Amino acid sequence: MEANPRSTGRLPAAFLTPGSSSFMDFLGDHAPEMLPGRRVLPPVKGVIEAPHGTTIVAASFPGGVVLAGDRRATMGNMIAQRDIEKVFPADEYSAVGIAGTAGLAVEMVRLFQLELEHFEKVEGAQLSLEGKANRLSTMIRSNLGMAMQGLAVVPLFAGWDVDREKGRIFSYDVTGGRSEEQGYAATGSGSIFARGSMKKLYREDLTEQQTTTLVVQALYDAADDDSATGGPDVARRIYPIVTVITEEGFRRLTEAESSELARSILERRLEQPDGPRAALL
Amino acid sequence: MSTPFYVSPQQAMADRAEYARKGIARGRSLVVLQYADGIVFVGENPSRALHKFSEIYDRIGFAAAGKYNEYENLRIGGVRYADLRGYTYDREDVTARGLANVYAQTLGTIFSSNAEKPYEVELVVAEVGARPEGDQIYRLPHDGSIVDEHGSVAVGGNAEQISSFLDQRHRDGMTLAEALKLAVQALSRDTNGSEREIPAERLEVAVLDRTRPQERKFKRIVGRQLARLLEADGDAATPTDTPSDTEE
Repeated sequence: MEANPRSTGRLPAAFLTPGSSSFMDFLGDHAPEMLPGRRVLPPVKGVIEAPHGTTIVAASFPGGVVLAGDRRATMGNMIAQRDIEKVFPADEYSAVGIAGTAGLAVEMVRLFQLELEHFEKVEGAQLSLEGKANRLSTMIRSNLGMAMQGLAVVPLFAGWDVDREKGRIFSYDVTGGRSEEQGYAATGSGSIFARGSMKKLYREDLTEQQTTTLVVQALYDAADDDSATGGPDVARRIYPIVTVITEEGFRRLTEAESSELARSILERRLEQPDGPRAALL
Repeated sequence: MSTPFYVSPQQAMADRAEYARKGIARGRSLVVLQYADGIVFVGENPSRALHKFSEIYDRIGFAAAGKYNEYENLRIGGVRYADLRGYTYDREDVTARGLANVYAQTLGTIFSSNAEKPYEVELVVAEVGARPEGDQIYRLPHDGSIVDEHGSVAVGGNAEQISSFLDQRHRDGMTLAEALKLAVQALSRDTNGSEREIPAERLEVAVLDRTRPQERKFKRIVGRQLARLLEADGDAATPTDTPSDTEE
């Protein structure tokens, strides 16, 4: 291979050849074995056991969008990790949360972050939010072979659209199918319960503070009914990761903020285990 | 019948160096200075879109004088090198020293190969450390040598004169406004010693700011922020600048 990233000699010709602004395209030409989608898979019988991430939720509000995730990774009926991080900044104005095979998902996030950063550095401008969402689609599609063997990655992508000046949410299926969600969305094993919870609590005119509360309520409800989703772990001080993206850019709630949020919800649930109630009519 | 001319290697290299130097001298000079919170890049650039300075990686910035298409090519090569290296290992493993070595090898090979014309570029690769002692600035002339610089560095046509001007006046721990003013002063001096005004719209300014909360420390300074710094500078820096002014 001509392309040895470990050598410190002259830059190989491929590095100086004018070409696309995409890091994935560059990898594909130069070091294809490093692309997750190009891997040759051995035939496998049954399902490969690997840690899975579970529930990610998102909701938009007039000034931005909130993306949050629980902290549990499971392998079968076992808890593989209690404090996994499944929500990451993709760049200054967007974030991605991942459900599915944790190892592959984290690799995909690294590559996605780099893809956006690389484009920005080469072109001197950011991709549009739509462009970013489409790029993620391509990456999921390239993972289809592994998804068929049970190693699926299903992300939720949220960001501030600088041109339209609003927060937007995109959800994906294993084939890379992308759909824009209005208001709120969830993915992962607890998503059915989280979605039901948000459906009853969501309003279009929520404030940022109310929206962060909403998503943590939804995660609590998901953990309540789905064993693969972890609730706030007060004993170990492990709380959901909550991120907010506004005009100002990406911000992750501090440990103190998310613990306060989770604790106040927990306190209310001690009195009312099923949480806040919506009006009947 | 044609007989091939004999050209001594010394002469061949001298010719190539002369050629490259002339090309670089046609462009405008730029300066890179250390200040208390990082490293500032200042140059005169009438274009808003074609940059002389840019981000390579988290803590690493790039500046170039000379022929645009050639240094742009090297810049993208550097971004690819850094991104691939960071992806293969870890973000921490991408360093200015490594990048400077790769550029030096690349420029050196091109310079001494007879098949290619030498690049008419002079580069600066800078990395901002967690503290000022950790800052690294490397200057890479057209022939692929590396010079490890401290404090201030100038590249481009008028570099020598600007460098000596900066060497006399630059000191550690300057504020951004002070460093910026000094840089503009240095760039405003013509070869014959006369001064001219560089309006703020023609300045390209970028910093590697170690106090930025983000991992990526590179930031362009434009518009109002630039105007404010240049102005604030006028009041704040005058007293501290007086000693060096009287020296002249």
